[in-house]
Amino acid sequence: MTNVSKRTFLHGMGLGLGALVLPQRVWSQESPIKVGTSMALSGPLASGGRQSQLALQMWAEDVNARGGLLGRKVEIVAYDDQGSPSQSPGIFSKLVDLDKVDLLIAPYGTVPAAAIMPFAKERRLLMIGHIGYQINSKAKHDMWFNNSPWSDAESWVGGFFRLGKSAGVKKVAFLASDQEFAQNILAGAKSLAKSAGFESVYEQSYPPSTVDFSAMIRAIRAAAPDMVFVGSYPADSTAIIRAVNEIGVGPNVKLFGGAMVGLQYASIMQSLGSQLNGVVNYTTYVPEKTMAFPGIKDFLDRFAKRAPAANVETLGYYVAPFAYASAQILERAVTATKSLKHDVLADYLRKNEISTLVGPIRWGADGEWANPRVVMVQFRDIKDGDLEQFRQEGKQVILEPQQFKTGNLIPFQQARRK
Amino acid sequence: MFSFELLFEAVVFGLLVGCFYAAISLGLSIAFGLLDVPHIAHAAFLVLAAYMTFLLGSYGLDPLVAAVLIVIPFFFFGVLVYRFYYEAFEKRGADAGVRGIAFFFGIAFLVQVFLSMKFGLDQRTVSAPYIGRSLELGDMRIPWRLIVVLCVAIALTVGLKLYLSKTFQGRAIRAVAQDAWALRIVGANPVLTKQWAFGIATAAAAIGGALLIIVSPVEPSLDRVYIGRTFCVVVLAGLGSMSGTLVAGLILGVIESLVLTMFGASWAPAVAYGLLLLVLAIRPQGLFRQ
Repeated sequence: MTNVSKRTFLHGMGLGLGALVLPQRVWSQESPIKVGTSMALSGPLASGGRQSQLALQMWAEDVNARGGLLGRKVEIVAYDDQGSPSQSPGIFSKLVDLDKVDLLIAPYGTVPAAAIMPFAKERRLLMIGHIGYQINSKAKHDMWFNNSPWSDAESWVGGFFRLGKSAGVKKVAFLASDQEFAQNILAGAKSLAKSAGFESVYEQSYPPSTVDFSAMIRAIRAAAPDMVFVGSYPADSTAIIRAVNEIGVGPNVKLFGGAMVGLQYASIMQSLGSQLNGVVNYTTYVPEKTMAFPGIKDFLDRFAKRAPAANVETLGYYVAPFAYASAQILERAVTATKSLKHDVLADYLRKNEISTLVGPIRWGADGEWANPRVVMVQFRDIKDGDLEQFRQEGKQVILEPQQFKTGNLIPFQQARRK
Repeated sequence: MFSFELLFEAVVFGLLVGCFYAAISLGLSIAFGLLDVPHIAHAAFLVLAAYMTFLLGSYGLDPLVAAVLIVIPFFFFGVLVYRFYYEAFEKRGADAGVRGIAFFFGIAFLVQVFLSMKFGLDQRTVSAPYIGRSLELGDMRIPWRLIVVLCVAIALTVGLKLYLSKTFQGRAIRAVAQDAWALRIVGANPVLTKQWAFGIATAAAAIGGALLIIVSPVEPSLDRVYIGRTFCVVVLAGLGSMSGTLVAGLILGVIESLVLTMFGASWAPAVAYGLLLLVLAIRPQGLFRQ
């Protein structure tokens, strides 16, 4: 104390106390950067919608902990669109004209997102897609950039038919829900089957209210196909797998699955358990070593801890990382260009590959991934009632595409006997 | 591809699924058929019961045991719901029907919101030794879960029919449906009788809900799928007929299954409403009502 004056000491102490009292981060005087979006927080698609909400919230917290974007705090403005195309256009008008959001992420899911495309195109808005299929095919908006790892039907189920071809399949059966997405995928699948020279021995579209699939599975068994392609929604997927387990699809079937929505969800995987063995189906991410993208494990670990409080599944593989990635796409573009102007950001995204936690993304002219990477996985050695087993490698073995492959196809009936 | 073997299997599976339709419609047959209560929350009650079965199943209870355990709480739940409906709507007279529909729509919505908040939006299923396995009869495989449904549906129908025809309280319930004033003259309270009957209808829905989650996975909004089918079965049967409800369920199940097998699955949902229109046009009192 002898070399320090009383005034200097008090000055230092004041600064120290001030540092304790003041908030840890001092934000710029400018208002926060608002990122607007909508998702189904109620209704049938709410499971994925709520995962998306949590993932975006985690991204905002991460960015703010790093100092924000352009020195400004980031805020998520999200509304419940119930997964309905009648809700999303009004919500996006409000986000743009009343909430004055700076950046936008499209609604979660194909149907509500497609409904906002005319508005986005007319107002020249940069739109980051979030788990949508062929949303920009009609609008042809040049400021659309999808976060989902597919482009057309071939990118989605092409791997399934390549596997069939290499397994020596000759006869194929088709079973698909009578809804837009499944029918689009079915049309693509039939075209791929025709190109591969497969004979179609059974084709059935079923309505969404179907209660029991025993009759259809019996008919498929009677048709004796080598391969069964299914395009279904979550409730149907569960009932179909259960009916297959009870009725059987015949001894010749080498591949079963393809485009079954729901077999990526933790609750369904847990409830079906060993009934999933042998099924080959599309997904977006599985914890195999070839998909260990930078940051994804840390994100999923943190997501698993926060999921129970948000009342969402703890695995979160299918949707949540892509929601986080959609925000990362915006973050990378804003940081690189130091701009919030939509045309500047869109121009940057057109010309650059963006690194995200679901891997590097470069877009084609239509705003879909230039190199789609939907993976076809085969469920193996699944036991009943154990959710944690799905965090292990080797439970969902990647068969396609080649750059992510971790195993070879085991024919369906053989895989079920194991 | 079409064969007599496939046709035979379609009929067998139609009968099994028809039993399921009947089992989930019996409660509505009492509430709407006998009591004239516009109970459009019936399917929501089925889903609620399915979730309660799931909840008890998470403690290791078999779904059928869980069904027995939830019957009494559901009975009292039904009694309370009817009492509220009576005090707020039915007692006030003429426009009770329309307002009652709004009331039960609100109840259905509340049930759905409650289930979404409490259990989340993911599908829920139960496990049991008879789920996911089948009985092999030659080349035909019949899922055990549907055989269980068949047994429960027959037991429930016979039980309710005997109760309504052989017991004093049961006969009073049938009487209140025909002439509440006459019932009052013989010393029985029509309101308490209807309250009791609505409790039984809700208890039957509890068993139907347990069958629902045995047959297929459930989610909070599943009631939309079943509301039309259950009303179709009840109207087809003739309002309030228990054995008629079973037969109507079988008719619906078999026709749906045959249509699905012969003409394609897309036509199957039209069967319920097509049958409903046909019956209303030709025999509005239903197939089995005198």
